[in-house]
Amino acid sequence: MSSRDQILARVRAAVADAPEAPEVTRDYLTTHTADDPAAVLDLLHENLADYRALVHRTRPGGLPALLARLLAGRGATTVLAPPGLPAEWLAGSTATLTADTPASTAQELDAVDSVVTGCAVAIAETGTLVLDGGAGQGRRRITLVPDHHICVVRAPAQVVASVPQALPRLDPARPLTWISGPSATSDIELDRVEGVHGPRTLEVVLVEE
Amino acid sequence: MSGTYLGMPSFPKAAREAVHNETLRGNLRHATHTIRDKRAKAVAELADWAQLREAGKQIKDRTLRHLDEYLVQLEESVTAAGGTVHWAADGDEANRIVAGLVKATGEREVVKVKSMATQEIGLNEALEAEGIAAYETDLAELIVQLGEDRPSHILVPAIHRNRGEIREIFARTMSEWGRPAPEGLTDSPAELAEAARLHLREKFLRAKVGISGANFMVAETGTLVVVESEGNGRMCLTLPETLISVVGIEKIVPTWQDLEVFLQTLPRSSTAERMNPYTSTWTGTTDADGPQDFHLVLLDNGRTATLADEVGRQALRCIRCSACLNVCPVYERAGGHAYGSVYPGPIGAILSPQLRGTESEIDASLPYASSLCGACYDVCPVAIDIPEVLVHLRERVAGQGGRGHRLEKAAMKAAGWVLNHPAALAAGERAASRTRGLHPKRLPGAAAWTDSRDLPELPPEPFRDWWKKNRT
Ligand code: SF4
Repeated sequence: MSSRDQILARVRAAVADAPEAPEVTRDYLTTHTADDPAAVLDLLHENLADYRALVHRTRPGGLPALLARLLAGRGATTVLAPPGLPAEWLAGSTATLTADTPASTAQELDAVDSVVTGCAVAIAETGTLVLDGGAGQGRRRITLVPDHHICVVRAPAQVVASVPQALPRLDPARPLTWISGPSATSDIELDRVEGVHGPRTLEVVLVEE
Repeated sequence: MSGTYLGMPSFPKAAREAVHNETLRGNLRHATHTIRDKRAKAVAELADWAQLREAGKQIKDRTLRHLDEYLVQLEESVTAAGGTVHWAADGDEANRIVAGLVKATGEREVVKVKSMATQEIGLNEALEAEGIAAYETDLAELIVQLGEDRPSHILVPAIHRNRGEIREIFARTMSEWGRPAPEGLTDSPAELAEAARLHLREKFLRAKVGISGANFMVAETGTLVVVESEGNGRMCLTLPETLISVVGIEKIVPTWQDLEVFLQTLPRSSTAERMNPYTSTWTGTTDADGPQDFHLVLLDNGRTATLADEVGRQALRCIRCSACLNVCPVYERAGGHAYGSVYPGPIGAILSPQLRGTESEIDASLPYASSLCGACYDVCPVAIDIPEVLVHLRERVAGQGGRGHRLEKAAMKAAGWVLNHPAALAAGERAASRTRGLHPKRLPGAAAWTDSRDLPELPPEPFRDWWKKNRT
């Protein structure tokens, strides 16, 4: 008998006498936050900042200038823009634009100063950004290897209050990356240290449309 | 590189040694108290915690009840998404499958995401025997691996090491495995983390094969989920060309929606955060993004035997958050190594003897490595009644030859706890003997399976009350 058949047979024997398990009761809340887009956005801001992301707010017209300022503030000379990122977002920056291509190696990404992306959804209650590889977000590796990530969130369209509200908006067939603050470790005497492996600096721009 | 659990002394013996190690006890006490206080706050933020906990429990129970169907469904969805599914009846078979897959790539080294399942089966040692170097990339696992040590906590495996010890390990050993530690490395956590970043980045950027576990697998979509903090997981899951994930068969959830429960309860229970810094999900392979070859190894290794036990099977609900470790007075004093298994603390005391059987000295002693205070049950996000399973397993061990009472006394004494708390010992013994009487050998099916709360409450209140009033 193959291991597959053996395991399945053992499972069936193990639960043969077990009574039916009931349907799952889903009487938990779908959100813990009042249905008010302004309050939800403020909560997102607060929770992102609480996890040590640097948060900025702007109107659509102010985005290019803000991004230019943030990149200049870092002294970034190269910036990675994934396919589909609106060209006008980076129109104000003097940093050299690099495109991510399937041929780009991890070493090449390692040499890039900053990466700017959009996101698929942001979750206020947990301070989480979700990237799904869609337009303007790029492959998973581009928001991982460079040391500085700027993520642009369009509010209110991309902002939800809670995890239960986020999942139905996401396609499980796409690879997803959920980001809540910069990379962090607490493995040394539980002292939180930012950035063991992912970007050490995460900046989030909330664009109120 | 890392140690093995074979021939471990019984819990009392190992605990006695640990209790005398002042550094270890100090490190542990600091760590567990810090996390558990934070956890209580993170949980209090959610008004519906009790409902989420109950839903998590029900999802897992339903999954286990129909595990055969969900496994087959998962296999279909992973295959349809471009992955390959392998089945491993035990650790040896899983190790053989993984070694074969690595060899087929022509590579001799792999990068690893921290994974309990691969530790459980001794994968690193098995790969080493085949001439394949497996690099742990989680910071704590790296500390453990470089120190030729064993992990002592599910979540923070190097919890027993302080910064001075870590500095010493890095300075001494990093050069043997790759990029050396920087000159003049101090014991500041930021500097230590930076040294690890540089040492590991070199490995990530050249790695062709990654090995991981998974926190969840979604049957309906074939999606795997890894929850982490550092980004080493993302590195291993996205940079290599080949990804091999070794996952216990109990890690399935039926639907995509089910993740909404666990992605709320797991981070808050484990690191006491609203959400962990990084969560990755992937479904088979994706064009030009991440590994182009994905293998899932489904691991039994004692899980079906655990599933067959009406009382003990609830241990398979465990989502490895480690909350039960952080509240356990015995774990706090004895340390993780005393449990002689990759699963320490209260969950280890019930899971290891079920996965491995109760024949060995260490496994027979584990059900006694507890005060039955019930704190582990209170914090468990999937409501595993650990005291109930402990009492049940004590019956099994006692049935093997009457060494139960001796083990109980020895375990408690070794943990250096009840000696200073005679009232607790008395209450604990009362609790244990009383609850034992409440548990017939075979429990009435429906209640045991679907809702352990239908069973008589245990252990009885006096001891829990005493504990709540007196907990340190
Ligand atoms: S038994 Fe419960 S509390 Fe302990 S690690 Fe598992 S899920 Fe967490």
